[in-house]
Amino acid sequence: MAHGPQPGFKRWLYTTNHKDIGSMYLWFSFAMFLLGGCMALVIRAELFEPGLQIVQPEFFNQMTTMHGLIMVFGAVMPAFVGLANWMIPMMIGAPDMALPRMNNWSFWILPFAFAMLASTLFMEGGAPNFGWTFYAPLSTEYAPPSVTFFIFSIHIMGASSIMGAINIIATILNMRAPGMTLMKMPLFVWTWLITAYLLIAVMPVLAGVVTMMLMDIHFGTSFFSAAGGGDPVLFQHVFWFFGHPEVYIMILPAFGIVSAIIPTFARKPLFGYSSMVYATASIAFLSFIVWAHHMFTVGMPIAGELFFMYATMLIAVPTGVKVFNWISTMFRGSMTFETPMLFSVAFVILFTLGGFSGLMLAIAPADFQYHDTYFVVAHFHYVLVPGAIFSITAGVYYWLPKWTGNMYNETMGKVHFWLAFIGLNVTFFPMHFVGLAGMPRRIPDYALQFADFNQIASMGAFLFGAAQIVFLFNVVRTVRGGRKASDEVWDNPQGLEWTVPSPAPYHTFSTPPAVR
Amino acid sequence: MQLTENSRVALKLVGLAAGMLCFALFVMPPLYDAFCEITGLNGKTGEKYEAVPAAVDTGRLVKVQFVASNNENMPWGFKPSVTTMKVHPGEAMDTVFLAHNPTRRDMVGQAIPSLVPFETAQYFHKTECFCFNQQTLKAGESAELPLRFIVDPDLPRGVNTITLSYTLFDVTERVKPESTSASAPRAGARIADNLNNKNTDSEREG
Repeated sequence: MAHGPQPGFKRWLYTTNHKDIGSMYLWFSFAMFLLGGCMALVIRAELFEPGLQIVQPEFFNQMTTMHGLIMVFGAVMPAFVGLANWMIPMMIGAPDMALPRMNNWSFWILPFAFAMLASTLFMEGGAPNFGWTFYAPLSTEYAPPSVTFFIFSIHIMGASSIMGAINIIATILNMRAPGMTLMKMPLFVWTWLITAYLLIAVMPVLAGVVTMMLMDIHFGTSFFSAAGGGDPVLFQHVFWFFGHPEVYIMILPAFGIVSAIIPTFARKPLFGYSSMVYATASIAFLSFIVWAHHMFTVGMPIAGELFFMYATMLIAVPTGVKVFNWISTMFRGSMTFETPMLFSVAFVILFTLGGFSGLMLAIAPADFQYHDTYFVVAHFHYVLVPGAIFSITAGVYYWLPKWTGNMYNETMGKVHFWLAFIGLNVTFFPMHFVGLAGMPRRIPDYALQFADFNQIASMGAFLFGAAQIVFLFNVVRTVRGGRKASDEVWDNPQGLEWTVPSPAPYHTFSTPPAVR
Repeated sequence: MQLTENSRVALKLVGLAAGMLCFALFVMPPLYDAFCEITGLNGKTGEKYEAVPAAVDTGRLVKVQFVASNNENMPWGFKPSVTTMKVHPGEAMDTVFLAHNPTRRDMVGQAIPSLVPFETAQYFHKTECFCFNQQTLKAGESAELPLRFIVDPDLPRGVNTITLSYTLFDVTERVKPESTSASAPRAGARIADNLNNKNTDSEREG
């Protein structure tokens, strides 16, 4: 049993192989993506018409909360960790992750965390219903009893993320092949290195804030209770000190993925590699000093509003550098539009669009109009769905032939892309309009004048959901067989991962490769 | 035992994570309190003020408005005896709030102040306030809750009106476990020791 997986289920339970663990992360996150997506469809079905048709407001609130929590912590973050597990050792010429046993542990506690979170749906009093941002005192004094399970599941997810991040940093710092200097690393590795530091810095803050909630609920402290001398606004500060870096945790690896894909299909080297690295680092730094732009309306001194407004707008500069670099990479390239490239180009366009609505929200005086409306919902779905989800999808299509040795069905991939692209825009673009017109977020019923746009959005949501079934079908078919992929798969792609056979053998780079 | 390079990196990172956890739990809340106190953020008024002799600025009148409200299920009657006072900055003023417990049980209330405009919080001093203590009212009992305050003569010129609002919280359930084991130290000592242990004498200023 020296070289190869254990037979049967034990292979997955005991594995310390980065490829096995990466696959488990990816399948787990896809399952969570479908679960969170079903909750989104409950929300959109209820919002198809004004009035209450399908669910009660209490259950609706549970759906918005669980949808957010599951998508953020269950779908996007584990998917990126899965890609990191699969690709980082292969990209830097390492035989495996640096801490393989911890790697196994950090994956296997996740299903328990989410089983605990999902089980709250069946508890008396229902699942958490206070929004994914779980503002106190909604999440403390007024929370359902299941909040304690929610707190512990957040603790476990946090532990998993921190262990994953430690593993990734140790791998990148210690296990690069000789000659693979830091500034030769692929951008996906760079963005993940920075993301991992963000994770280690802010996941403990999240653990801290839920611990304070736990103390307030069960041990009589008053961190967030005004009656005992605490302050609910403190919650928002601590939460967003975690929360804003968190949104970059969900987008920086995406930058790395499209920075790998666009050069391949534009057949040009990435434009401005080092500026990409510095831009990523700048974004990570700035993410720590902008948190209060989420809470312009809580009452801040004017100096605070201005500081957070300008600091937020400053983030547009490094982000702009990245967008221009991608465009410059494509400029006069010999472009072809295979499925990964379609998703990547859509990423660049739609993420930029989401960035612009972010800039609108950053304007403190204007934010008082947009705050807690569907405009905010439109904004963060435009950065997260085409940002995180599209880039993960692009990465899966891009590397799937390397993982499985088989080419996916290109036609089906394109069908998936166009359904998802149209579905996404039909869903989220109208939300800008209803938001500007004043429709609040997290509401099961709405005024009559918002009905048309909500109907359009709901139809788009079901289209987007259907597109994911095509994706699932395509991936399963590719795993089971199909046209064999060559070792290079694409037309002269850059990177060590393309120098190993397809499918990638169970152990790669047992002897370090030569780096040019 | 010799640590491998991987374990060394991992240990450092675990240390960083533990440090950030401590930062969130033990640094951020006091830091936030300090920040609020300095800036008057959220209209948090300061703690008990030791009055210093100061000239009364009789050339200026500032309107001070009083607002009283009850938090959610608090059944007490709670209102200011006067809703508006015109005060000279530097002058110590007295007023009372009226509280009545209409229920058939003994209850404990805690008033939490907030003041607008926020930036004037540091110019509004209370030498005596019922909000410094929890207030116990027996079933059916009424009380006059005293407040003595001084508007600082340094109050910025542009401010002509200050609104002081009290929200009354029902803390009966909160204090109950305490009355049985009054001096037991508790996890998260941040709880209201500044509310419980304040001395109740009214201070004479000057």
